[in-house]
Amino acid sequence: MAFLTNFYAFLFYFAAFVLVAGLVFKLVQYSATPAPLKIPTTPAPTTRTGVVLRMMREVVLFESLFRGNKWTWIFGWMFHFGLFLVTLRHLRYFMDPVPFPIQLVQPFGIYGGLAMVVGLAGLWVRRFSVDRVKYITSTSDHLILALLILIGCSGLLMKFVFHTDVVEIKSFFLGLYTFDLKPLPGDPLLLLHLFLVASLMIIFPYSKLLHAPGLFFSPTRNQVDNPREQRHIAPWAKKLEQQ
Amino acid sequence: MAKATFEVPELSEYTEVPAVKPGAMAHSSTFRAKEEFQQDLGFPGELVEDWQTKAIDKMGELLGKYRSLRVYMDACVKCGSCTDKCHYFLGTQDPKNMPVGRQDLMRKVYRRYFTLAGRLFPKLVGAEDFTKEVLDDWYCYYHQCSQCRRCSVFCPYGIDTAEISMAAREIMDSIGVGQKYCNEIIGKVYKIGNNLGLPGPALIDTIEGLEEDVYDETGVKVRYPIDEEGAEILLVTPSADFFAEPHVDGLIGYGKVFHEAGISWTISTYASEAANFGMFIGSYENMRRLAQRIREAAIKLKVKRIVFGECGHAWRVAYSFLNTLAGPWDFLDPKYPVPQHICEFTHGLIQEGKLKFDKSENDDKVLTYHDSCNVARASRMGDTPGGQFEIPRAIIKATCNHFYDMDEDTIRDRTFCCGGGGGLLTDDLMEVRVKGAKPRIDALNNVMQEKGVTHMAAICAICKTQFSKVLPYYGMEMDQVLSLHQLVSNAIVLTPGEDDDEPDGDEDLDNDNETDEAA
Ligand code: HEM
Ligand code: SF4
Ligand code: SF4
Repeated sequence: MAFLTNFYAFLFYFAAFVLVAGLVFKLVQYSATPAPLKIPTTPAPTTRTGVVLRMMREVVLFESLFRGNKWTWIFGWMFHFGLFLVTLRHLRYFMDPVPFPIQLVQPFGIYGGLAMVVGLAGLWVRRFSVDRVKYITSTSDHLILALLILIGCSGLLMKFVFHTDVVEIKSFFLGLYTFDLKPLPGDPLLLLHLFLVASLMIIFPYSKLLHAPGLFFSPTRNQVDNPREQRHIAPWAKKLEQQ
Repeated sequence: MAKATFEVPELSEYTEVPAVKPGAMAHSSTFRAKEEFQQDLGFPGELVEDWQTKAIDKMGELLGKYRSLRVYMDACVKCGSCTDKCHYFLGTQDPKNMPVGRQDLMRKVYRRYFTLAGRLFPKLVGAEDFTKEVLDDWYCYYHQCSQCRRCSVFCPYGIDTAEISMAAREIMDSIGVGQKYCNEIIGKVYKIGNNLGLPGPALIDTIEGLEEDVYDETGVKVRYPIDEEGAEILLVTPSADFFAEPHVDGLIGYGKVFHEAGISWTISTYASEAANFGMFIGSYENMRRLAQRIREAAIKLKVKRIVFGECGHAWRVAYSFLNTLAGPWDFLDPKYPVPQHICEFTHGLIQEGKLKFDKSENDDKVLTYHDSCNVARASRMGDTPGGQFEIPRAIIKATCNHFYDMDEDTIRDRTFCCGGGGGLLTDDLMEVRVKGAKPRIDALNNVMQEKGVTHMAAICAICKTQFSKVLPYYGMEMDQVLSLHQLVSNAIVLTPGEDDDEPDGDEDLDNDNETDEAA
């Protein structure tokens, strides 16, 4: 088992590194790129607070998607909210002691897992059944959905059918913090689940999953509508004025 | 009914989402700019050698200059929310006219040259080399986007295809592939001062004629001043307003409003164009150069305020960009926003009770109102978000007895573009324009049937010209589209000056002139 433990330990170090470094690179790149013109999609808030509220509605409720397409919204929101609950539930493997709110969320995490899989399935069906969505779908779009569904299903199977030793898993992950490698259970389903999660972490900064940080940088959503009151000018545009 | 060389879509009660038909509009490519027009704008005259490398370098440059482009290239998850929102897709069925389909033309190149996944696994992520075929597709479909931003309303990340179309046009211009219509017009502004190429003396002549017409019509000396130094307000308006129907009736209206307000104003022959086609081609430099003309005119004429006439994209550049491009405006009167929209100005006077209307003058019409895309989704009027919807409607309601809105899904920020914006208002794109107008005309037809609507008011030179041209294809009359300030002009009760005759009152300003290509 030592080989497996070593392999997975390395895999998670590597995946965590790629995820963090890749995301930091992207965040720096996005923030370093100026938005030279005021382009909020109007009507837009005229204050910062208003923009924060608009952004919160986009992140929590997917407001624009709701206006755009109800089916995609239902499935998409189910998936993301499910994923959010599942992620919270999983925090217990990474913390000791487990904070009270995370203990509270445990049972909801299971419903979250179910919702996530159902939502993903709905989104996938749309990729075949709606001709417009089919047209814009590329192989990678299918693969990401497959990856997430497999993660969800393998997780649910461990919960409901093929139980695994969660205490050992927890000690494996806690051990990673201190480079103290503890044995990982050898259940095939668990190994599959973990392998897929690590893959997800690795592709995150190189794929459309960048939509999550991207939203916060979108000028049509994060700009205040005040161009007449405040002069907005990018550094490269300022240079044109000095000529 | 106008003669068409293509099939005009059948109107339906509600615009239905059609099945995709790949390649349906692939034959419709707008005319290329000739060498001389390219060079006026500082672009190469024809496709440069080594265009592929140069285009990719330019793309890299723009990715570093525009956060919108950078984020939007990455963020799309292909959720499909935008796929049925573009009027050009709804009218043509071509999937490359779905906003995401249009974006993907650039995204596949971006992925190939700027992302790890696209370099390693192009097939998997839909990345493609920048070939001549791809370039031809760009030219075709980035000139079938009116930059109306309807797609950005419904995208969960606010991805604005207009930003991508602009960047694509800028890249193409930089390798010598420009569009005739836009680039020729921009050249005219540099040389002559306006899109129509109307030189100063001709403009002065036209305006003098206008003044006489209004006097004959009303018996009141309403002034239409031009190049008058020291006037309070500089009016910047689309050049179509100077003579084409129905635009000119709007200009007549502005003059009457200024007359009643008792505020001096002037047009400038130097900045005789509100529209800024620099935006359409995504060129910050050209947009800035055009905007600077307004600054120069304001300084030269020593005005205190700037007011813009009815024009959609012009108002976007004015409201959202003018401060950036040609500000700061600290030499103007700080009591007023810079610039102001003529609707804000008129509405302000209405609220102060300074304008008197005889609404019955418009009783021969039942009105509806077309929200112009760039006013609706890229600007504002007044102090509160959404003022751009309420203020024009308030003016219509103050001047007309009969007004009905079109279907909720097709107005305000969900409004459909007229089909002629973004540099597409040219005869070589007639098929795109007629088909793209379908969603708007469906909604118009619906209120005509259900509410007896006879006319549609608009506040954009492009919308007005486009509707005059395409309404006949759908069996409607070209003069069913009106300037909003024409309604004001009809209903306003003028105060005669000392040497004026009494106005005869019931004379109406009927517009039966021929409309032509304008704006
Ligand atoms: C700020 C956080 C996030 C926001 C606001 C957000 C929002 C959205 C929205 C609005 C969609 C489109 C609707 C849909 O297809 O579901 C979407 C799609 C998607 N999201 Fe997120 N998301 C976030 C985080 C994440 C994370 C952390 C993941 C995965 C690990 C993820 C995975 C996906 C996937 C795979 C899709 C595409 C689904 C499909 O193919 O149809 N998202 N997201
Ligand atoms: S900006 Fe308007 S015309 Fe362009 S893709 Fe979006 S909806 Fe279509
Ligand atoms: S709505 Fe936005 S994220 Fe969805 S397919 Fe269109 S552009 Fe992509």
